[in-house]
Amino acid sequence: MDILTILAFNLVDWSRAQFALTAIFHWLFVPLTLGLSFLIAIMESVYVKTGNPEWKRITKFWMTLFGINFAIGIATGLILEFEFGTNWSNYSWFVGDIFGAPLATEGIMAFFLEATFVAVMFFGWNKVGKGFHLTSTWLTAVGANLSALWILVANAWMQYPVGMQFNPDTARNEMMNFWEVLLSPVAINKFFHTVLSGYVTGAVFMTGVSAWFLLKKRETLLAQRSILTGSAFGLVSAILLAVSGDGSAYNVAQKQPMKLAAMEGLYQGKKGTGLVVFGFPAPDKKIHDGKDGLTARVEIPKILSLLGYRDKNAFVPGIEDIVDGGYKPEYYPVPFAEKEKAFSASEKIRRGKIAVSALKDFRNARKNGDRTKVIAADSILKTNFNWFGYGYLKSPEDIIPNVPVTFYSFHIMVGLGFFFILLFALLLFHYFKKNLGKKNHLLRLALWTIPLVYLASEAGWVVAEVGRQPWAIQNLLPDVAAVSMVDSTSVMITFILFAVIFAILLTAELMIMIRQIKAGPKEGGTTNV
Amino acid sequence: MFEQLSLFGLQQYWWMIISLLGSILVFLMFVQGGQTLIFVLGKTEMERKILVNILGRKWEFTFTTLVTFGGAFFASFPLFYSTSFGGAYWLWMIILFCFIFQAVSYEFRTKPGNLLGQRVYEIFLILNGILGTFLLGIAVATFFTGSLFSINKMNLSDLAAPVISRWESPAHGMEAVLNWKNILLGLAVFFLSRVLGLLYFLNTVGDDNILLRVKKQLWINALLFLLFFLSFIVTLFLSRGFALNPSSGVIFIEQYKYLHNLLAMPGVFILLALGVVAVLTGILFPFIEQSKISGKGIWFAGPGTILTVFSLFLLAGFNNTAFYPSTYDIQSSLTIRNSSSSRYTLTVMSYVSLLVPIVIVYIWYAWRSMNKVRTDAKEMEEEHLY
Ligand code: HDD
Ligand code: HEM
Ligand code: HEM
Repeated sequence: MDILTILAFNLVDWSRAQFALTAIFHWLFVPLTLGLSFLIAIMESVYVKTGNPEWKRITKFWMTLFGINFAIGIATGLILEFEFGTNWSNYSWFVGDIFGAPLATEGIMAFFLEATFVAVMFFGWNKVGKGFHLTSTWLTAVGANLSALWILVANAWMQYPVGMQFNPDTARNEMMNFWEVLLSPVAINKFFHTVLSGYVTGAVFMTGVSAWFLLKKRETLLAQRSILTGSAFGLVSAILLAVSGDGSAYNVAQKQPMKLAAMEGLYQGKKGTGLVVFGFPAPDKKIHDGKDGLTARVEIPKILSLLGYRDKNAFVPGIEDIVDGGYKPEYYPVPFAEKEKAFSASEKIRRGKIAVSALKDFRNARKNGDRTKVIAADSILKTNFNWFGYGYLKSPEDIIPNVPVTFYSFHIMVGLGFFFILLFALLLFHYFKKNLGKKNHLLRLALWTIPLVYLASEAGWVVAEVGRQPWAIQNLLPDVAAVSMVDSTSVMITFILFAVIFAILLTAELMIMIRQIKAGPKEGGTTNV
Repeated sequence: MFEQLSLFGLQQYWWMIISLLGSILVFLMFVQGGQTLIFVLGKTEMERKILVNILGRKWEFTFTTLVTFGGAFFASFPLFYSTSFGGAYWLWMIILFCFIFQAVSYEFRTKPGNLLGQRVYEIFLILNGILGTFLLGIAVATFFTGSLFSINKMNLSDLAAPVISRWESPAHGMEAVLNWKNILLGLAVFFLSRVLGLLYFLNTVGDDNILLRVKKQLWINALLFLLFFLSFIVTLFLSRGFALNPSSGVIFIEQYKYLHNLLAMPGVFILLALGVVAVLTGILFPFIEQSKISGKGIWFAGPGTILTVFSLFLLAGFNNTAFYPSTYDIQSSLTIRNSSSSRYTLTVMSYVSLLVPIVIVYIWYAWRSMNKVRTDAKEMEEEHLY
């Protein structure tokens, strides 16, 4: 991106950039917390069961690394929470009724659990009994995973808003059914896919660090045992991760067809669409220019139709189809009016504008006490509310997300997903053949996989979040209507401050982490040097 | 059970929860207060290490309470969340920045390879202690003194600028720092957090040199706290407030509003009086020459703080008062009636709030198991250290 484009950034762009920066940063630390907390709990259980002090030493070593990661994860989470208010204030009012509830529940239910028992876990070795300590370690892991649950419910709701109704009197959406929000299929799948990605991250981290010890011929017992624990846990998680990934793609196909089209670089839909295994999106592709969206591709025929709609001849709409409308959406739920023929984007925009101005009429009529007009406006608003958010868009092309970014992120994630399965399988195989110590290539590969797992994980969020642009709430609220009214310079300044601070903190954390790993576990478990 | 409550009943229940979380937060800011004292009380590296480690075991609770306070406010009074955070942007951002630094400072401070060096992390802790308490005090003071904002739900149908809440001061929150009444409360919170920090040290430190310095610091910080706190209280009761006419929804200025609230709600009056007495008792405890109880001051000053702050929040929100007044457009002022979530959400959240006692019980249990021994130099040789 050149400097002129950046200078032309407006308020929405800066607010998005800031949210993306802080979320990506938070997500650098969360997956390791999710995965490592369980691995540590497993290791400590083995220690308590066998009474073998070596297992205690191993547990404590990983616990120190956990602590370094944990602190910075918390610091970055705080910012995200308050950013909904500071940068997305309109959003906070428009959907706070539904969105705020999981966020508050998370604080009460999960964060306190984590904060209390993490303290016992770190400081309690000599102060509380073995059983209480082990329970605390498990509760820390449970707390971390509950943190993930609630925020993911909130995020899933933005991708697929359910269980609420718009109230024109208060000008906001109000929750009608909590269970529908909590148990929405998108939420459930997202939870499993995301926490599993954390388990894989923890496992890759543990096996990678242990591989380094083996390469250096240090701490071989610790390293061997950690590789066994890590790759067994990792293999199971990675397989389940791929299964839940299929579930994610299925949900996207059902609820966010535009995102699916962007993930696959699919401009012109057809029956029996293939799955792109490998390809390059054309950088200069414009819609309706008659060109293919990909310059090169390796494709498995019919598989996308099969995976997305469980029917190998299903019609998968491409980006141009969704903009133009006119096809019959047989395979996914749409508003009743679109059952026979999908609307074009400009038709949706027209209806959105009708909905928005009906809201205005409603409120005016209410103020003037004109009952008939209130009822009339209310009914117009209700019939057109499905497209409410489109009213804020300017042109039909606004509904297209960034295709190359979504495409590459998706393919990187999926490719790496299969690679991780293979890696864990190989590690386990050689562990049981007792020749791991000699497999230097494999060990080096395990070490260098650590950055790759972070890449895959961040890529996953980029698919999910970039792919749903321009929507903050799918079909109901685009970013332009979600933002706070702060001047863009202020947001630019806070963006830069965050970027600088994060760069410093990340460097510090990496340096500390590497030092602690190099120092290795100390006798008695203290890793302070 | 909560289904039986009216919307207004739920709004009151949730204002009490918010008030409770806010008051617990102020109490827990003893961590911040303690952070500003590590160099005053710790003259050697070992002494500072003891102090930092004592605070380091509690910082997460303050932090998590702040997070939960924010989340609960979002869920129950979202219009406040969007108006205040989205408007007083800079005030809140600065508060956030100083909390980011706090979280990492404990963990990174003494670790080898920490890039910035131990001193810098200690300075971060001190900055968090000073700015965090002072600015949060300022932010809470605006519940009484008001801010410049406007709210118009019609804006949602303005396609070019659909933002409902708008801040009408270009300083975006920093203007609050220039209001002397806000400053009084900011300073009161700052000195209160130091007093609480000192009392907490008296309760936990096992090192005699530190304990001597604590006592010296205590009376001077206590005096300053009382000075600023009483000045704020007196100005508060002499000042006007923003009152709501519940039948018409119109908001109007009422002279001596907060004094009237105090007299109209004798229960709150009693809580406030009890709170202030308990804080004073807690401060006096250490000066009683009997080592057995001199460390117990925090057990009075802590709950006293909670009661005092709790009653201040009730004065701000109950009895038809606007808890977030707008001095730009008086009718935009927020009351607990016009800024809350729907009845359904408040009901669901009320069930979630029933978990709070459970949370308090396990925190108490875990703390008790961990705090059986006082922390001294001997303990600094083992375990996970900051
Ligand atoms: C519960 C809500 C939620 C959750 C859990 C996440 N995000 Fe998000 N994200 C948003 C809510 C959101 C948002 C507030 O709604 C943004 C800002 C504007 C927008 O459209 O979505 C957003 C934007 C956004 C963007 C910018 C997209 C663009 O502007 O093109 C990126 C790259 C991410 N996020 C990345 C992430 C990552 C790495 C996450 C992992 C922790 C994450 N998000 C979790
Ligand atoms: C915009 C979205 C998010 C917000 C507002 C948010 C908020 C927060 C906050 C405030 C904390 C600190 C809690 C404390 O004080 O103890 C935190 C920590 C945490 N969050 Fe998030 N979070 C977000 C995204 C996520 C996601 C997507 C996950 C997992 C799937 C997650 C998992 C966690 C975990 C495990 C912690 C514990 C500390 C750590 O990171 O190591 N968060 N988050
Ligand atoms: C193996 C095959 C995989 C498939 C088919 C797959 C599929 C998907 C899909 C379709 C999404 C978008 C969901 C949405 O937009 O709501 C997604 C999101 C995500 N993926 Fe994957 N994924 C796979 C592997 C991985 C791996 C290996 C990781 C990381 C280690 C990962 C981490 C994530 C994350 C963190 C998200 C965002 C959260 C979410 O939306 O669920 N995925 N994945």
